[in-house]
Amino acid sequence: MDELTALTPAHGLLPVSVGALRLEEVDLGIMTSVAPFRDKQKPVSDALQSACGLAYPAPNQAVRADDTRIIWFGRDMALLCGIAPDPALASIAALTDQSDAWAGVVLQGVGSVDVLARLVPVDMRPAAMPVGATARTLLGHMSVSITADGPDRFIILVFRSMTETLVHEVREAMEAVTARKTR
Amino acid sequence: MRIEGKGLVDRTRKLRFQFDGVGHNAFAGDTVASALLAKGQRIVARSFKYHRPRGIMTAGSEEPNALVTIGQGAAQEPNVRATVQEIYDGLKVHSQNAWPSLGFDVLEVNDFASPFLGAGFYYKTFMWPRSFWERLYEPVIRRAAGLGALSGQSVEERYEKAYAFCDLLVVGAGPAGLMAALTAGRAGADVILCEQDSVLGGRLHAEDFKVDAQSGSDWAMAAAAELAGMSNVRIMTHTSVTGAYDQGTFGALERWPGAPHAGSPRETFWRIAARRCVLAAGALERQIAFANNDRPGIMTASAVRSYLHRFGVAAGTRVAVFGNNDDAHRTARDLDAAGVEVVGLVDTREDAPRAQGDFPVFAGAVVENTRGRRGLKEVMVNAGGRIRRLEADCLAVSGGWNPTVHLTCHMNGKPVWREDIASFVPQDGAVPGLIAAGACAGDFSTLACLKAGAEAAQAVLKDIGMKPKAADVPDAEESPYRIRPYWSVPGHDRAWLDFQNDVTVKDIALAARENFRSVEHMKRYTTQGMAPDQGKNSNVAALAVLADVTGRGIPETGTTTFRPPFTPVSIAAMGAGAQGMGFAPRRLTTSHAASVARGAPMIEAGLWYRPSYFPAPGESTWLEACNREVTMVRSAVGICDVSTLGKIDIQGPDAAAFLDFVYTNTFSTLKPGRVRYGLMLREDGHVMDDGTTARLGDTHFVMTTTTAAAGAVMRHLEFVHQGLRPDWDVRFTSVTEQWAQFAVAGPKSRDLLNGLLDQPLTDADWPFMACGPVQVAGVAGRLFRISFSGEHAYEVAVPARYGASLFAVLVARAEQMGGGAYGMEALNVLRIEKGHITHAEIHSATTAFDVGFARMVSAKKDCVGKTMAARPGLMDETRQQLVGLKPVDATGMLTAGAHIFERGAAARRVNDQGYVTSVAHSPTLGHSIGLGFLARGPARHGETVRVVDAVRGSELLATVCAPVFYDPEGGRVRG
Repeated sequence: MDELTALTPAHGLLPVSVGALRLEEVDLGIMTSVAPFRDKQKPVSDALQSACGLAYPAPNQAVRADDTRIIWFGRDMALLCGIAPDPALASIAALTDQSDAWAGVVLQGVGSVDVLARLVPVDMRPAAMPVGATARTLLGHMSVSITADGPDRFIILVFRSMTETLVHEVREAMEAVTARKTR
Repeated sequence: MRIEGKGLVDRTRKLRFQFDGVGHNAFAGDTVASALLAKGQRIVARSFKYHRPRGIMTAGSEEPNALVTIGQGAAQEPNVRATVQEIYDGLKVHSQNAWPSLGFDVLEVNDFASPFLGAGFYYKTFMWPRSFWERLYEPVIRRAAGLGALSGQSVEERYEKAYAFCDLLVVGAGPAGLMAALTAGRAGADVILCEQDSVLGGRLHAEDFKVDAQSGSDWAMAAAAELAGMSNVRIMTHTSVTGAYDQGTFGALERWPGAPHAGSPRETFWRIAARRCVLAAGALERQIAFANNDRPGIMTASAVRSYLHRFGVAAGTRVAVFGNNDDAHRTARDLDAAGVEVVGLVDTREDAPRAQGDFPVFAGAVVENTRGRRGLKEVMVNAGGRIRRLEADCLAVSGGWNPTVHLTCHMNGKPVWREDIASFVPQDGAVPGLIAAGACAGDFSTLACLKAGAEAAQAVLKDIGMKPKAADVPDAEESPYRIRPYWSVPGHDRAWLDFQNDVTVKDIALAARENFRSVEHMKRYTTQGMAPDQGKNSNVAALAVLADVTGRGIPETGTTTFRPPFTPVSIAAMGAGAQGMGFAPRRLTTSHAASVARGAPMIEAGLWYRPSYFPAPGESTWLEACNREVTMVRSAVGICDVSTLGKIDIQGPDAAAFLDFVYTNTFSTLKPGRVRYGLMLREDGHVMDDGTTARLGDTHFVMTTTTAAAGAVMRHLEFVHQGLRPDWDVRFTSVTEQWAQFAVAGPKSRDLLNGLLDQPLTDADWPFMACGPVQVAGVAGRLFRISFSGEHAYEVAVPARYGASLFAVLVARAEQMGGGAYGMEALNVLRIEKGHITHAEIHSATTAFDVGFARMVSAKKDCVGKTMAARPGLMDETRQQLVGLKPVDATGMLTAGAHIFERGAAARRVNDQGYVTSVAHSPTLGHSIGLGFLARGPARHGETVRVVDAVRGSELLATVCAPVFYDPEGGRVRG
């Protein structure tokens, strides 16, 4: 009998460290997009609250309790990470398994904001992106989700097929930022 | 020549650099220009057109003459302004536009031929014979004229692009800019201060002014230190703000001036989003045009003071000064005080102030001409008709100051003429959110600049809802700016206006004489104000001369448009990161590594990389591999990664209605567990895309799009939902990346899968167009019995993490059964044999009617594009419609792009009846086949037509047939 083995999106590509900066793959667990049907955001939020203690996030917000996260993911959509949704939720929201669709990487270290300033056209400084803030934006030419997960720590989600390009782009910026500090 | 005790350079830190191979000493803080002046190097460059010897004229980024090349090989950078380039140890500088050497330049002959080389010369002279222009004249002229040259090699150093954000962007760190940044910074605003120089302070370092009780330079250093200590202020030196764009966005170029440093970017192109901007860009001193005013040694007066005070360099040993305002007097006074001999001060004003030192003043006099081909030797002064010759090696000229209005013109603002200072100043509100302050707004005294900077910052703070503190403006000089405009000294010899482009007063007069009287026409005719210089030195003087010769005033003559960039931006910086891997994202399938390992050449499909074919041992051409793969699918089984096709998960109570609306055919009647082919139209009635959609549940569908149109279809669905039917309760999201999906195609496909799935497949449970969940070697997956090849086939999907593994398993099983992997080439042949369309056929200008799918547009319901598809003419029988083509001679090869004519008709446009869209060699049928569009095509099956490929120069006779060449009854797909 054949057996299928799993590979992570950044298999063989990460981690990468440059100076104080580090880029590594992160497994956010099961990822499910939750898109509440019309007028159902409140019930969806209530259901999530009772299931995992987290409410449906406001735009550009991500909420977290231990390894469970809900990341605002665009218009009428949030990404539930870390636990499988209650199947009953499917009656009030479109639930779509995205566990394999998005590659998750974490950029961390002093200077992470400077790295992102070379790649992302929105303000990533703490005043504009405090911990818990999230953005759907561009990184280079790629559509990404970026969440401020801690001081100098960002979770970046990108289409799985673009993982190699993401690592390349971020590494280039990490090198440039680090070289600048040492010159 | 250095002057002891003068200047801010660090004399304890000696540096070595080379100019044209000769080593020189310099001090830390020197620019190439200051170091060369200190060495007495007079000729630094050759001019653009006449190859005239040229020296250093200014001390800033506006330098038109002293352009040099630094670096070598791929790192060679031309047209670097010597006045801006800081010296670092080991810097190698080369002069440019001279051969064989700077001192003896063969093309100086151009200067002696100058009577023939005036403006418009090329246009008039090199017109005949016409064909000579491109091949002979232009290459020769280009070689003779020009600035530095690029290396022609790819950039190897790192360049970057970056974004920055702030409440207030301050452009320029002279007194006004420093005061604006201090005021806003102290109030807690988020400030970016950009300064193109290496230090903050601007002209405070170039004069001997006092600010409060200390020197201006010390005050600037203290201000810089205070700003550096503020966490809310970001200081960016070596950064030139190059452009003002919409919505508070500014472009800025940061240079790394030091020695090349591993990994460190040489330049960074910043995009700065600022809520407000204070422009404190200062002013540029202008020249006065007089005969031979371009000789090495003739400089702006302010530059002579800069070299004296900042660099401790005397620009000459015997200096003459010429001006029309009081700054000329300041220059003479400062030089005299520093012990430099001033041979005379020539002031155009009859009422010139008296001498403030030990030098003669010639009031109401002008400099009429100069001598000294390789460096100034003598200045001829006309004082009331009496000519006096002053022996001098430096002439400091001040024609007044031009406020640096450039940025305020980048969004179409026109500067306003101010008579009292004889200059243009920015128009208020020319760039929304930008306030011009200080010298760039026409306030020239230090005190006025400090005040203006503070006031501008206070206005900004108030505007953005912050509380400004009372500004603490220090005391400073407040000398009045007294000027009487004087533009050009009459005379017969050439008097330069635009030094960089070698444009003289005569050229402007000639342009006017030839009726290029508009300032914009004059610019194009003479090339004045073009190239890296962008008219910084010459625009105002040139238009003043034009105003004079055309008898108009300066305001009505107007200026040419100042466009970005303010200083040159290298393409390497603007395109930073877009080389090689950075050009576009590479989307790789989960089977990518395995395909590459099998030697499959990759082709790009959108951003995706897909295998073209899988070469087998002994195969030497792609066609051999392709033929084998096609035959393999037709006779056994083939595996193809189809994950790149767009997959959109659609859910909600109105999902079925939504699909009925976006597809021409009906999906609400589709049973769960079944798949249907769908055709999608754009609003204009033409075909947008096609694909299969599976119904997974009552309110749950998965739509498949073509690889190329996945993004466009997603956008279309968003548009339809948000724009046309927001009342429908439906949600959709892409699942393209979630699933690794493989086609398993061929008569042995079921056998192959049966060993892999938990439940064996039967015809009863899995008829053609069935779909449903399956367990694939214990992993939850999806199976679709669909076929693009026309064979009994399936597409099996598993979560992407298992993709690489499943591909290996499927290919290994297929190979055991006489099959294997197949690529895009075989996939294409298989679909052409079956007459399946792709974007070669639905190329955006064809309708459902054209591709033979008119009956797929349901009469029972509305859909996007239905009304427009019914427009007169779009359903006309005479339209070009899809047909199959096969060569009459079975050895003939059809070519895509060829056009179709009636047999016997001339291959002319008026006889054109259609074209070929897709071709293939069919190994199944043993001859070439093609798809195409032909007028009244469906009614012409069996007719012989002429197929002419004008591009490849080939033609053949072909028989028109039905587009389905293979198994038209579809028995194999159902079997």
